[in-house]
Amino acid sequence: MNATGTPRLSLAPIPYFWSREAVMAFYEAARDWPVDVVYLGETVCPKRRRLRSTDYFAIGESLAAAGKEVVISTLTLIEAGSELGGLRSLCRDSPFTVEANDMAAVGVLERESRGFVAGPTLNLYNAAALERMRAAGARRWVLPVELGAQTAGALTSAVPALESEILAWGRLPLAWSARCFTARAENRSRDDCGFACGDDPDGRVVRTQDGQPFLTLNGIQTQSAMTQNLAADYPALCNAGAGVLRLVPQSHDMEQVVAGFDALRNGAAPEKVAEELAPLTGVGGCNGYWHGAAGLVEGAAES
Amino acid sequence: MELVCPAGSLPALRNAVAAGADAVYTGFRDATNARHFAGLNFTQNDLERGIAEAHARGCRVFLAVNTYPQPGSWSAWEAAVDRAAELGVDALIAADVGVLDYASRRHPALPLHLSVQASATNAEALAFYHRHFNIRRAVLPRVLSVRQVAQVAAESPVPVEVFGFGSLCIMVEGRCLLSSYATGRSPNTYGACSPASHVRWQVTGDGLEARVNGVLVDRYGSGERAGYPTICKGRFQLDGAAPWHVLEEPTSLSTVDILPELAEAGVAAIKVEGRQRSPAYVRQVTEVLREAIDACMAGRTGAPRKEWQERLRSVSEGAQVTLGAYHRQWG
Repeated sequence: MNATGTPRLSLAPIPYFWSREAVMAFYEAARDWPVDVVYLGETVCPKRRRLRSTDYFAIGESLAAAGKEVVISTLTLIEAGSELGGLRSLCRDSPFTVEANDMAAVGVLERESRGFVAGPTLNLYNAAALERMRAAGARRWVLPVELGAQTAGALTSAVPALESEILAWGRLPLAWSARCFTARAENRSRDDCGFACGDDPDGRVVRTQDGQPFLTLNGIQTQSAMTQNLAADYPALCNAGAGVLRLVPQSHDMEQVVAGFDALRNGAAPEKVAEELAPLTGVGGCNGYWHGAAGLVEGAAES
Repeated sequence: MELVCPAGSLPALRNAVAAGADAVYTGFRDATNARHFAGLNFTQNDLERGIAEAHARGCRVFLAVNTYPQPGSWSAWEAAVDRAAELGVDALIAADVGVLDYASRRHPALPLHLSVQASATNAEALAFYHRHFNIRRAVLPRVLSVRQVAQVAAESPVPVEVFGFGSLCIMVEGRCLLSSYATGRSPNTYGACSPASHVRWQVTGDGLEARVNGVLVDRYGSGERAGYPTICKGRFQLDGAAPWHVLEEPTSLSTVDILPELAEAGVAAIKVEGRQRSPAYVRQVTEVLREAIDACMAGRTGAPRKEWQERLRSVSEGAQVTLGAYHRQWG
């Protein structure tokens, strides 16, 4: 996608532990949404197995039949040998392109000579790193979430052969741990978690002692409490050469979020769309990273 | 099992060497390494002198260029790698694929160690770095249980180094943006977590407040011991309950109790965290771990573990120690 093109829209993998029915209903609905790319799979915790990879492949077939490009995403933190085994079979068996979220996946996909999407946790911060990924088979890369317009623009023009994808809507994935913080909040260990994260379809908000929403607990993953909303920055995203705008699923109002970003592609006024989407964020929006500031900053206006 | 100790300054380096470190690790005085703190790290002259002194006593010197350069600053990282090669360090510790690529092509004789900041937690990831950059060793993130460390070590194409003592990162290193989210500066981009420039202490009617770029990380009552406001060790509110350590308490990692298990797991080197700590800390920790590793490798039983723990506790963050993720129940 060149710098003047219209970006495609993608749905990121669902980061939360939704019920099987909720996942099915979400993707059934998404068949009719104006998204172009859909990422499927469990990227956070290997204990979450309400859907198996074959279930995701079946959902993928249905979405592909509806005209979507389907990508299967891998786990981000791979600790046990069994997880590595699962990763190897996923990379081998997936009928769809795979998003590599750990260098282990890159290694496997390279060996299998399968083109892939380089996920946001591979830490690709410069052109030399991107070139290496391209040589390994990457066709698209997702900007690390802490990088902004300036770096995005420099990298897309330095490595034009790689399509870029930028998180335009969603709580920011900030950290991964061996510890499950949702289980900890329930005074349980991870091994005995009772799948407590299944009760939090949008994670659990952590506030500072003066009441400010700060983080979101999502099992072993920590997210921002604020939702990154780059609708107002749509022209800058296009200028930076974004090929795909990534929208992170949430349990409510996702259809409106997609509609908002689609409206931007059809000429709607960015400020107006941003304002319309603002109430759909949960506890508030942020856009600091895109403007070279702290991620939690809201209403940043210039790079 | 080798002992690798932190050297944030020439006096710290000397203490580590004198106390029996097999190797020390250092960094330049800039954002090219993950301990970019004011007044810390080495000028070119200090480093030359430090390397000469360490080598004269049989101690190797590693140099960390382990942050992630961006397009605007790329040349500074290239220059750091070149300087490391010229200085004759025994290994370069790097994380970024671009930096590793540059170092392996430009300086093929310079041994590369994969930094913990590369977030490589499994043998397949290590195989990737080995295949492409010929890494000779890898430092594992502090998220694996002892059993998982053993699995990785058994399948890894290179020897593994693990953290044995020091501040505890509870998130996978290299994939933690908590500091970045609050301040815009992260270990990845800037080489510091909760940078001192963004920390404010303020006495209020509610107690002593510690803020990081305005974010209230903790509030201490009178008589409470205040710790440095690392975000993962702060007290926050959840579900309306009283503020508590939602992520982790202020605590340090200590493995003297499980050194035999780590040796059994096939660990090649034990790393001590703390380039930002004082020379006295470096001496104390190096002495204890030297003694403990020697006893462990000699298979001596009846080791004075309690005494070692006490000596380490006196220099620990929050005066508490934990086995962290090495102990499965921590998760």
